[in-house]
Amino acid sequence: MELPVVNDEQVEILLSDLLEQYGYDFTGYSRASLKRRIIRLYSLDKALSFAEFRYKVNNDSAYFKRFVEQVTVNVTEMFRDPQFFKTLRETVLPKLGTYPFIRIWLAGCSTGEEAYSISIVLKELNLLHKSLIYATDLNPSVLEKAAQGMFSLGQMKQYSENYIAAGGTMDFSGYYSANYSLAKFDEELKSKIIFSTHNLVSDHSFNEFQLILCRNVLIYFDRDLQNNVLELFDESLEDLGYLALGTKETIDFSPINKKYKRLPANKIWRKVS
Amino acid sequence: MSMCDAFIIGGSAGSLDVLLKVLPEIQPDIPFPIIIVIHRKHGADSLLPDLLSSRTKLIVKEADEKEKIVAGTVYIAPSDYHLLIEMDRTFSLDYSEKVNYSRPAIDVTFQTAAEAYKNKLVCLLLSGSNADGVKGLKTVKAWAGKAVIQDPESAQVAYMPEQAKKHVEIDRILRIEDVAEFINLLR
Repeated sequence: MELPVVNDEQVEILLSDLLEQYGYDFTGYSRASLKRRIIRLYSLDKALSFAEFRYKVNNDSAYFKRFVEQVTVNVTEMFRDPQFFKTLRETVLPKLGTYPFIRIWLAGCSTGEEAYSISIVLKELNLLHKSLIYATDLNPSVLEKAAQGMFSLGQMKQYSENYIAAGGTMDFSGYYSANYSLAKFDEELKSKIIFSTHNLVSDHSFNEFQLILCRNVLIYFDRDLQNNVLELFDESLEDLGYLALGTKETIDFSPINKKYKRLPANKIWRKVS
Repeated sequence: MSMCDAFIIGGSAGSLDVLLKVLPEIQPDIPFPIIIVIHRKHGADSLLPDLLSSRTKLIVKEADEKEKIVAGTVYIAPSDYHLLIEMDRTFSLDYSEKVNYSRPAIDVTFQTAAEAYKNKLVCLLLSGSNADGVKGLKTVKAWAGKAVIQDPESAQVAYMPEQAKKHVEIDRILRIEDVAEFINLLR
């Protein structure tokens, strides 16, 4: 197996199927990554032919669910990029703490690790009681997992190190209880998180927020779709609100950038006009 | 017509020394881009471009997503992302699962570049202690590109080029002192 088992033309066929059959629009996704993941799934599931693979995606709704889950990237961590969470803790959230109520949108939350991380910081800043985190993803199955608040115990050492590097000073293990191979996070952390489906490609703005986080999602989109999504964030962000993107993402190429000022050394922008 | 539209170097343990020796000798007017994917510790960011930049007149930068890949530039895969090449010869980044315990993985860049550059691609695999890059070289060959390895005997850690030699039909085996000349003559 050296030449790809699914070619470019077949990728396009699948994408138009998904749009027609299910209303899921992946046509604005960057192709190299998407194709690689489709090929990965095709091999993983030992598809016999493209025709069979296509038939299953189109006619077996359980398989369609698996397809969406597998071709989108759901890898995430707690307190990923500790420096970023340090800035949230020391600069952004204390500013928002002066508001009577804090609304946060975490777009593309995947299995929820970031949502719980934010919740921990809010709790330590004594802001959790007046905050609400809307954690959304296009993928219902990752949201189910997120809502359980259980992550692999084996990851906790790394997460604890991240937490400390992000300025955390409490005992990280105090936030979860070990249950066989899983760490179950405190219910309190979940009490202010609303997990819900939202597709950045096709769904509209649903509220106004003071902080929107969308990290390592835009890298999968082509430039046009990136710009559409940034417009959506702009519509959903209050004046003086903050927009946070991933380490390698930027608003520089979007028309919204005129309204924003970047925080030094971080991929965080403040809406200034 | 040029025989090379992109030169990609993959390496792991023991490869940085090679890069530091080779880069200063690359002619500043090479008519293709050099793309470097080496394994490094997560978080040890931005130092690598600076370090390499100090050794060459070529522009050295971290690859940005959607960036158009241009000749005469040295691009470095950012730490903790896979670096992919699109068919229109721009970069994409991807934060998916590690491959061969690595992100960036050499296989991912080699494999996506193979199709984008076909027979105008030359990939070099350097010293390293795992087999990342070997599958990628196979794909490069399948698309008629060229597979080159560092001579395992000259490698600090021979495993990676050795694995490539064992599993892939290699076009050239280079000693460290011959790498720069090989690159300079690819035109």
